[in-house]
Amino acid sequence: MRPFTKHTGLAAPLDLANVDTDMIIPKQFLKSIKRTGFGKNLFDELRYEDEGQPDQECDGRPLRKDFILNQARYTGASVLLARQNFGCGSSREHAPWALDDYGFRSVIAPSFADIFYNNCFKNGLLPIVLEAEEIDQLFAEVTAREGAQVVVDLEAQTVTSPSGAEFTFLVDNFRKHCLLNGLDDIGLTLQEDSAIRRYEEKRMNAAPWLFLSREQ
Amino acid sequence: MSAKTLYDKLWDSHLVQQRDDGSALIYIDLQLLHEVTSPQAFEGLRMAGRKPWRISSSLATPDHNVPTTKEERVFGVDGIADPVSKIQVTTLDDNCNEFGITEFNMKDIRQGIVHVVGPEQGATLPGMTVVCGDSHTSTHGAFGALAHGIGTSEVEHVLATQCLVQKKSRNMLVRVDGELSSWVSAKDVVLAIIGAIGTAGGTGYAIEFGGTGIQSLSMEGRMTVCNMAIEAGARVGLIAVDDTTIDYVKGRPYAPKGEHWDMAISAWKDLVSDKDAQFDEVVVLKAEDIKPQVTWGTSPEMVIAIDEAIPRAEDQTDPVKKEGYARAWKYMGLKGKTTLADITLDRVFIGSCTNSRIEDLRIAADVVKGRKVASTLKQAIVVPGSGLVKAQAEKEGLHIIFEAAGLEWREPGCSMCLAMNADKLGAGEHCASTSNRNFEGRQGFGGRTHLVSPAMAAAAAIAGHFVDVNELVKH
Repeated sequence: MRPFTKHTGLAAPLDLANVDTDMIIPKQFLKSIKRTGFGKNLFDELRYEDEGQPDQECDGRPLRKDFILNQARYTGASVLLARQNFGCGSSREHAPWALDDYGFRSVIAPSFADIFYNNCFKNGLLPIVLEAEEIDQLFAEVTAREGAQVVVDLEAQTVTSPSGAEFTFLVDNFRKHCLLNGLDDIGLTLQEDSAIRRYEEKRMNAAPWLFLSREQ
Repeated sequence: MSAKTLYDKLWDSHLVQQRDDGSALIYIDLQLLHEVTSPQAFEGLRMAGRKPWRISSSLATPDHNVPTTKEERVFGVDGIADPVSKIQVTTLDDNCNEFGITEFNMKDIRQGIVHVVGPEQGATLPGMTVVCGDSHTSTHGAFGALAHGIGTSEVEHVLATQCLVQKKSRNMLVRVDGELSSWVSAKDVVLAIIGAIGTAGGTGYAIEFGGTGIQSLSMEGRMTVCNMAIEAGARVGLIAVDDTTIDYVKGRPYAPKGEHWDMAISAWKDLVSDKDAQFDEVVVLKAEDIKPQVTWGTSPEMVIAIDEAIPRAEDQTDPVKKEGYARAWKYMGLKGKTTLADITLDRVFIGSCTNSRIEDLRIAADVVKGRKVASTLKQAIVVPGSGLVKAQAEKEGLHIIFEAAGLEWREPGCSMCLAMNADKLGAGEHCASTSNRNFEGRQGFGGRTHLVSPAMAAAAAIAGHFVDVNELVKH
């Protein structure tokens, strides 16, 4: 996994509450068996006028001009400002894959849906929860001046607004450690294999029916 | 020892390692796999040269992409017209073969929606931890199991380590006291709960559903309630084990037998919250107050009783709600409409992991029996949750009732719930659907979904618009 330490980037404000995973990446694109290539279909229904198809070239498709990412001033945005309950709905990891593939490194919102929040950390994408007033200030500053950049510092757990206001955020120590170092958490868990085996032995005695092999 | 909730007990019995930072390693007993969220996980295993930790803990079946017409299904995988879908289903078959995982493939009568198949086979058992790369895994909590959806990286993590790194959720109790009115079902109960607490009301919580209104439900009904816990923001929904649970599990193919069965039921009796257990949050609903529910907007919390007026954006005081309602009104094309009966329906879908079990089909058949689908409807389909549900329904003659009324009888799969196969809504079409999500575009680009119970969907199919099923059956 690509590590996340400190990131400075253009922020795009998506002023919409309850953005669900079907909006982030519609179902027809979940048919892929790869982890990459979802960026061109990120927010497909909000972004394009027509219905997108998997494996379709997107360059010539009609754009919805009012959608934030279609505005020239937000080209190259790498920090997404969002509203409450971002990422609600399904467990599809294609949602963070699409955000990452598009070029986003961080999403900042007043709240996230649990599964989406968790999935972000597995993909080097940092979800940040800030207070609603702090989010309002970021929206205002980013909208006021074209090219406004935001600084996200995971080590210090701070977000710095374009005007220099600094907001702190909370993050789990373990997730922070993995993200800072780009660690594969399967490898880390396997270091505890003797604890897993010990648990299994104990459990096998208490609940042997859980360990029977499946007849085909 | 202090009193524990059911969630506390399940957590404690699966704790492998508690870490200093508050995270923990939790052991997973059962992982269900389907074709959409597993290919990248298997690919990850291959690339790292890893093997599954314990093959017998996994069970797979394709469901999201599979076609549901008889003509297509007789050819198995080869009958899938969409080449991209076909690759995904074939990839699941190949991965299960390669890693030795039990799979009910498209030609197996046991194939179906993972959340129908697991319980039906007795693969889902009380006291287990159950995961699947699908948010509706909360369904299995109906058995007093700790079950939740995970992303693909975690699917790979569980395959490789049999564990998940988790942080414990807080405890919420949603109690439904009293007796449900006639034709009010589990679906109406859970929609009313979501209406009361909102789609983010359960975020960060494991919700235990209790009270007489829940205890009186069948296992099918309990699964419907837990299925939609995620629509209230909670990854986990739970219901305590009782005789209804144990009677359902007994004799199922993967259920414990003989001496194991006796051991199991004595262990399962403890799968209830202790009398003095403390919940961080308690919500109480009166069963008598719950009427048949219909969603009018683009989020499951945008739900009202059949006799209520559709709420207007201009009447909302919360600015976020006001904006959300205005957007939903526009998307749903509600201009000039004041009640649910004003909406002309185009399609009806009875199916999905929420409502495709035998009880759901029996109820829907009861409503349409001897009646005809409205001529204004373009299509009404019934999609059973598994091959075995389908066989049982046919044994009872339900398919004849549906077909005589003008509903199509299909083959098992997720179908129009998320329209990854050919079953979908056209732009602007309104659908009465027994599924779980009414998000923009969920059932097809520009499609307009209204979530309802099987009885209400069946009544809507007959009337061509929403109607209280109690009124319909009177005539």
